[in-house]
Amino acid sequence: MAKKRSVVPFGPQHPVLPEPIHLDLVLEDEKVVEAVPNIGFIHRGLEGLTEKKDFRQMTYVIERTCGICSFGHGLGYVETIENIMNVEVPERAKYLRTIWSELARMHSHLLWLGLISDAFGFESLFYQSWRIRERVLDCLELTTGGRLIFSVLEPGGVLRDINKDQEKEILKQIGLVEEELKEVEKAFLLDYSVQTRLKGVGIITKERAHEIGCCGPVARASGLSYDMRKLGYEAYGNLDFEPIISNDCDSYARCEVRIKEIHQSIDLIRQAFAKMPEGDLSVPVKGFPKGECFTRIEQPRGEAIYYVKANGTKMLDRFRLRTPTFANLEGLCEMLKNCEYADVGILCVTIDPCISCTER
Amino acid sequence: MANVKRSPWLLHYDGSSCNGCDIEVLACMTPVYDAERLGVENTGDPMQADILLITGGINAQAEPVVKQIYDQMPRPKVVVAVGICACTGGVFKDAYNIKGGADTVVPVDIYVPGCAARPQSIIDGIIQARELFQKRSEEHDAMVKAGLTYEQYKKMKDEEEAKKVAAAKAEEDRREEENNG
Repeated sequence: MAKKRSVVPFGPQHPVLPEPIHLDLVLEDEKVVEAVPNIGFIHRGLEGLTEKKDFRQMTYVIERTCGICSFGHGLGYVETIENIMNVEVPERAKYLRTIWSELARMHSHLLWLGLISDAFGFESLFYQSWRIRERVLDCLELTTGGRLIFSVLEPGGVLRDINKDQEKEILKQIGLVEEELKEVEKAFLLDYSVQTRLKGVGIITKERAHEIGCCGPVARASGLSYDMRKLGYEAYGNLDFEPIISNDCDSYARCEVRIKEIHQSIDLIRQAFAKMPEGDLSVPVKGFPKGECFTRIEQPRGEAIYYVKANGTKMLDRFRLRTPTFANLEGLCEMLKNCEYADVGILCVTIDPCISCTER
Repeated sequence: MANVKRSPWLLHYDGSSCNGCDIEVLACMTPVYDAERLGVENTGDPMQADILLITGGINAQAEPVVKQIYDQMPRPKVVVAVGICACTGGVFKDAYNIKGGADTVVPVDIYVPGCAARPQSIIDGIIQARELFQKRSEEHDAMVKAGLTYEQYKKMKDEEEAKKVAAAKAEEDRREEENNG
C-alpha cells in the first residue's frame, strides 16, 4: 500500500520558536519527506531605511537588525564605511571592538544552549545556561550601558572605553563563567538523555555542507574549517586561535562546537586584554563616503556579508546584508529530510536560527 | 472568581521585532528575574492564554497572525506592548513594511517602553497587566451573572460611561454659569 502524504503547517506561532518562521512539512506517516520554509513575518524593510536616514544614523538602525547579534551587525557596517573612506582605526579601538564582539558571541552561544535544552525539555539546564549568560550581560552593561543593544560604535572608532576597574571586573566574571560552564557542559556532553536527542540526528555531511554553503558553527560541526575571524579583521590578526571543528556532522557536534567556542572566546578576551595598548578611541571622520565595498565578518551564527554603495552624499545608495541564518536555512531543509516529525523542533533550533536578521 | 491575578497564563508573540525584546521577555522567566514567582507562567497556546505580550511594530504579514491570536484568546484578556517598536514603531516607524505600533492592529492596554525593554520594566508591565486582568475578570463574572453577552454588556457599559460623561459636563457647565453669573 502506498503511504499517504500529508502536509502539516509548523509555526509561525509555536512553543519551541522564540521567533516566527513557517514551515510546510510534507509527511509520510511520521517521516518528514520535505520541508518548505516560508519567511517574511519579521520583514521590516530595514535596507530601505537608507533612503531616509543618513549614513551615521544608519549605524544605530543596523544595530537593531537583531537583538542578539547587534554588535556584530554594527561592526560589519562601520567596517564597510571605514574601508570605503580609507579610515585607519586606532589600535585601542580595534581591541575594544574585539572584546565586545567576543562577549557578544559568548552571550549568543549561552542563549542557544538554553534554547536547545528548552527544546528537548531539560528545563533546569535552560535555567542554568541563562543564569550564566546574565554574567556576560552584566559585563556588557557595565562597559556599554546596554544589555542587548549597545550603540558604542561609530565610523572611525568606538564611543566608550573600558577602564582598569571594568577590565578587572570583566576578567573576574568570565573566570566565573568558565568555572560554571564546566559544570553545566557535563550535562550537555555526557548526559545520557541529552545524547539520545542529539547524537546521530540532523546529519549534514561535509561535502553537502560545502555544496549548500553552510557557515558558522553548522559548517564547523560538519568538519569545514571555515572561520572569518581568520581573515584578521580588527585585532583578530594579533590573537592566537584556531577554528574549532568537529567531524561528527550531527546535532551533538553543533552543541559541542558552540560550547568549545565559548571557552575560545574567554581565551580571546584574556589575550586581547593582555595585548591592548593605550591610545585614542577614535579618529575624526570628515566628508561623505563615495564608492562601494564588501566586508565579511564572523557573527556568532556564521559569516555575514555587508555591501554598501555610496554616492558621495550623506545618504547611501544601497545597503545589503547577507546573514548567516539565510545560508543555514538551506542546511535546515537538508536536515529535515527523512527525520522524525518529533525531531523537527530540535532541528530548527540546532542551526541557531535568527529570523530577525534573515528577514530584516 | 477570587484572586485570578495570582495565576494568569502568559503568551508571547513576536510581531516583527528585532529579537531583543523577545529575548528579554524570555530572560524575565529565568532565575535571575524570575517573573514566575508572581504566579504567571509562559504558554505557547493562545486558547488558554490570559495576557498577550506583543513585541515589535506589526508588519503586513504578521498582522493577520496577531489578529487571529488575539481572537483565539478567551475573555477577559489583557494586551501588553513590549518595547518601543510595539508602542509606536520606534526606529522602524519610517520603514515601508511597518504598521507602526501594536495598537494599530489590536487594542493595547499597557505600554512598556525601552529599546530593548529591560526585564525590570517588563516585569512592571506584567504586574500592571495582572491587576487589570483581575479587574476585568470580576467584570466578566458580573456579566455572566447578569446573563448578558459580551456585546450587550459592552453596550451597557458604554451607555453608563456616556451618562457619566454627560453628567460631568452638565456639572461643569452649571459651575461655569455660576461663576459667570
